[in-house]
Amino acid sequence: MLELQHIHKFFNPGSVNEICLFDDFNLTVKDGEFVSVVGSNGSGKTSMLNIICGSIDIDHGQILIDGKDYAGKKDFVRSRQIGRVFQDPSKGTCPQMTILENMSIAENKGKPFNLTRGVNKAHIDYYREMLAHLNLGLEDKMHTPVGALSGGQRQAVALLMATMTPIDFLILDEHTAALDPKTAEIIMQLTDQVVREKKVTTIMVTHNLRYAVEYGSRLLMMHEGKVILDKTGEEKKNVDTEEIMKIFNQISVECGN
Amino acid sequence: MSLVLSVFEQGLIYAIMALGLYITYKILDFPDMTVDGSFPLGAAITAMLITKGWNPFLTLPISFAAGAVAGMLTGLIHVKLRVRDLLSGIIMMTALYTVNLRIAGKANLPIYNMENIFDNKLVNAIIPESLSQFKTVIVAFVITMIVKYILDWYLSTKSGFMLRAVGDNETIVTSLGVDKGWIKILGLALGDGFAALSGCMFAQQQRYFDVTMGTGTVVIGLASVIIGTTVFKKVTFLRVTSSVVIGSLIYKACVAVAIRMGMQSTDLKLITAILFLLILVVGTERKKKVKSTC
Repeated sequence: MLELQHIHKFFNPGSVNEICLFDDFNLTVKDGEFVSVVGSNGSGKTSMLNIICGSIDIDHGQILIDGKDYAGKKDFVRSRQIGRVFQDPSKGTCPQMTILENMSIAENKGKPFNLTRGVNKAHIDYYREMLAHLNLGLEDKMHTPVGALSGGQRQAVALLMATMTPIDFLILDEHTAALDPKTAEIIMQLTDQVVREKKVTTIMVTHNLRYAVEYGSRLLMMHEGKVILDKTGEEKKNVDTEEIMKIFNQISVECGN
Repeated sequence: MSLVLSVFEQGLIYAIMALGLYITYKILDFPDMTVDGSFPLGAAITAMLITKGWNPFLTLPISFAAGAVAGMLTGLIHVKLRVRDLLSGIIMMTALYTVNLRIAGKANLPIYNMENIFDNKLVNAIIPESLSQFKTVIVAFVITMIVKYILDWYLSTKSGFMLRAVGDNETIVTSLGVDKGWIKILGLALGDGFAALSGCMFAQQQRYFDVTMGTGTVVIGLASVIIGTTVFKKVTFLRVTSSVVIGSLIYKACVAVAIRMGMQSTDLKLITAILFLLILVVGTERKKKVKSTC
């Protein structure tokens, strides 16, 4: 279970540009939930993910994972429990390393990176099977540098890599936003499949309202650092895109966007 | 003949330093100026130990270790004290100038007529009299190849994968639960260890230590790395490390030709600078051409 308690976050504190993003922000995500988060630009969606992952520090508050406070822990320490896929496909993979090498380092997450062989030859078939599962023809490109793949292929590899080892949370940061509609659809279906298979607790930020409505077991809408809509279970199933769109437009108009 | 020999001798010795810069500059993407200080650091330690009568082969691991400490300090300054990469190297380079003087005791320490790694009982026993003029080249070649193969092996290990990953995409290293700061420190330690090892061999080939011998080392190393990686980009059967070694030989050959054509040895730094500029310009032009054909 992930609990964000009384989170306070200021940007540029003490200057004229001081912005209060979170003022007593609270959120609880139960194990096994698939939370979709929507909201306009500047609503704090991505900042929330960064706070969970430790990419940005908070001024005040607690980040509890299964009751343990992670607020002061370094980002790379928290990463051991968290898998993350970014909006930018190049962030989730090493472009100059081959698919095989990328998958090898991903599989070694949580274990020491010592002087044993980087690629475990006995696992190549296992990787190939995983890649074949994607239906993108990547299983024949194991020795191609990831930088030579298309954005969608890279994102698919990044998703595989993020979920290869047992993790407590999967964090998806607008991970389909940089892809064309068709590829985005493939990646989204793939995501859903992975989340179901691994039963991993997932938080997905997206600008695509349809994805937010269609996928996941819980829907959050954020605005100016607050959760203004939170639907779970049956409520979530009955939500339709148009209704969400209406609320979304309303808050956007208020902001003058 | 002696010119060709000296190109090979120095080219192979400098190749080890170039391999160090390959780690920091190409893999880590870190412009490591420390090398201008760690190269003569290896030379200073070597000259000092040899005058004290130490076994010349021991100077190799000791110089490597000293260079690794220097690189580690540069890394710590950069990672822990958050000083910019270029500046951390310049700080260490400047500090090492004094350290080198202190180690050697004076600005110029000759080690003529002493046993060294190229000329000692063991080497003389193995290499027949008829090949004695090739002694230095043979020993330099063997050591350089050992270093190259160790580096090749290291880069294929899990730890080596992390080193490559941190220069490629820092985010993924963090995502994998690894502290990218320590990986950088490790890479710098290796890079400067290689530079000091190279300086150690250079001092024994030249048979002296001079406090100014490190000036411009970074440029020589970078030139070798860039020549190696651009010229042999398309040659797939060559490993990048081999290309860097060949790059170092080509670089030394260019300098030798320039001197042959009537330039004075005092013009050496100017030749180095112009050559480096040429290599950079030619290297980037190749890239442009590739882009436009796409």
